[in-house]
Amino acid sequence: MSVLVYVENIEGKFKKSTFEVVSYAKEVANKLGTDLTAISIGQVDAAALAELGKFGAGKVLNVNNDQLKSFVNQAYASIIADTAKSIGAKIVILGNTFTGKGLAPRVAVKLDAGLADGVLELPQIDGGKLSVKKGAFSGKAFATVTLTSDIKVITVNANSYKVVENGSAAPVEDFQPQASDSDFRTIVKEIVRATDKISLPDAELVVSAGRGLKGPENWGMIEDLANLLGAATACSKPVSDAGWRPHSEHVGQTGIAVSPNLYIAIGISGAIQHLAGVSSSKVIVVINKDPEAPFFKVADYGIVGDLFEIVPELEKLV
Amino acid sequence: MKILVCISNVPDTTTKVTFTNNNSEFNTAGVQYILNPYDEIALARAIELTEGGKGTTTVINVGLADTEPTVRKALAIGADDAIRINAAPKDSYSVAKQIAEVAKAGSYDMILCGRESIDYNGAQVAAMLGEMLDIPSVSIIKKLDTDGTTATIEREIEGGKEVITTPLPFIEGVAEPKIPNMRGIMSARTKPLQVVEPVAAEPMAVYGNYEMPAPRGNVKMISADEPAKLIEALHTEAKVI
Ligand SMILES: Cc1cc2nc3c(=O)[nH]c(=O)nc-3n(C[C@H](O)[C@H](O)[C@H](O)COP(=O)(O)OP(=O)(O)OC[C@H]3O[C@@H](n4cnc5c(N)ncnc54)[C@H](O)[C@@H]3O)c2cc1C
Ligand SMILES: Nc1ncnc2c1ncn2[C@@H]1O[C@H](COP(=O)(O)O)[C@@H](O)[C@H]1O
Repeated sequence: MSVLVYVENIEGKFKKSTFEVVSYAKEVANKLGTDLTAISIGQVDAAALAELGKFGAGKVLNVNNDQLKSFVNQAYASIIADTAKSIGAKIVILGNTFTGKGLAPRVAVKLDAGLADGVLELPQIDGGKLSVKKGAFSGKAFATVTLTSDIKVITVNANSYKVVENGSAAPVEDFQPQASDSDFRTIVKEIVRATDKISLPDAELVVSAGRGLKGPENWGMIEDLANLLGAATACSKPVSDAGWRPHSEHVGQTGIAVSPNLYIAIGISGAIQHLAGVSSSKVIVVINKDPEAPFFKVADYGIVGDLFEIVPELEKLV
Repeated sequence: MKILVCISNVPDTTTKVTFTNNNSEFNTAGVQYILNPYDEIALARAIELTEGGKGTTTVINVGLADTEPTVRKALAIGADDAIRINAAPKDSYSVAKQIAEVAKAGSYDMILCGRESIDYNGAQVAAMLGEMLDIPSVSIIKKLDTDGTTATIEREIEGGKEVITTPLPFIEGVAEPKIPNMRGIMSARTKPLQVVEPVAAEPMAVYGNYEMPAPRGNVKMISADEPAKLIEALHTEAKVI
């Protein structure tokens, strides 16, 4: 019996959310009184792999060959599931990232395992039962999911568990599992990534703006404020529908759900569909000229006033 | 080209969510149900790819008779026909299992799902179906084109996008935000809606013990003339910057 964690890299690098997931998995392994094995797929350098030991990995399996350089959902899922079987893992843990969302359901079916996605806390484990809290109804509530299958799969939301560093370097083993040709039916042709931007789903600080900005030409001040704070930028749905901002920045029920430490909403009314994507933010600041804007009801700090005056002032202050 | 679109029936986006039975069940009293907004996006793309004699779009729902208005809505939007599998959806695994049975028999060229359902937000069904049918699955896609044998897909990734190709058939979760036009409203009532009985499928996950988010403390209002107070509060009180 052991716990397996998939450590996702992005262009060869581990991000903070990966360390969160390893720290989480280590705590789950402790609860079971067992050890934690990490599996990395793709090209990551040996030192970075060994460092995962600091966050609790007892051993790191390194799977790397040309075919696996870019993410191939099916092949990665086969490798993770086969590895789980061969080490006798009872719990398999992944990050609830774009990649994790594609992988975890396939891994779960391969292992006849129940899947709890986007979990927010450590699980309660009681004999063969595992119960864990997750968001439901698009941020309006929480639910406890109970899995009773022999093997269980969990995906952990970004920013919901803190990075714990108290181990030392872990041994890294090269590992060559078998993937079949039929696992490589999808082919990655091109990857386009804006590397200078902070990625929205796991950003700790987010500056977001809505229709109150009046037009795309005014976004410079939102980006400036975000840069000064080291924050990601986001927007409301009508803003991306109008093409003022890319759809990848649209947060809410039909966009991305975020849970940063700080969410600054500028010129956004706070419609229920928008709140669905942001209500689990730790601290919410609202800047709106309308004192009746619904967003103030869920805010921690609010300023009633003209954003075109307030935002430039804030920029001078941070 | 034959496309199958999986549709779920979810509480309207403005629903005030409450629970009953000691917070163990969602309170459906007075709740208005709608076609999952993401599924509407997937359906719109399927119709574009099949309309004008290029193929057929079938919608499928796992649900009891009370979901029929949602299924009819999908027909009104432009699906050619519909299948309802007569079972209460319990979890993603059992839903995927039901759909997989029907999909196996139907030899579809592609199966589209929404990015996620807005009630349990699992984003699980599409990839589970892919695994059950042993065909590729692609999650969170923004763009989809096909020449009839291969599909070219833009997928959302951390901080950008990825362009991939996959042979047909395949499955995906669509998120391309696009509001579909309503079509064919008149004919929806006469389009075929087939009801099939479920196969045995035990759920793997059980939901219960619902909680509402803790209410936030009262909002602290700061005068527009004193933005420095906001920055100070974020530094020293909230300690987030
Ligand atoms: C099925 C469905 C799904 C949806 N999904 C989403 C979603 O995922 N995300 C989302 O965001 N929306 C979503 N919506 C839309 C949502 O209902 C709202 O229409 C939208 O969030 C409003 O965007 P907004 O706040 O930018 O614009 P508005 O509601 O127009 O608000 C603009 C705000 O700016 C303020 N303002 C104007 N000028 C100034 C100024 N000079 N200084 C300060 N403040 C100013 C105004 O007082 C107002 O409060 C969805 C709707 C539906 C029906
Ligand atoms: N009961 C259902 N019947 C048919 N399709 C469903 C059902 N539930 C979910 N789906 C499909 O699976 C997608 C993802 O749902 P979920 O995994 O629940 O987030 C939805 O957008 C639908 O396309």
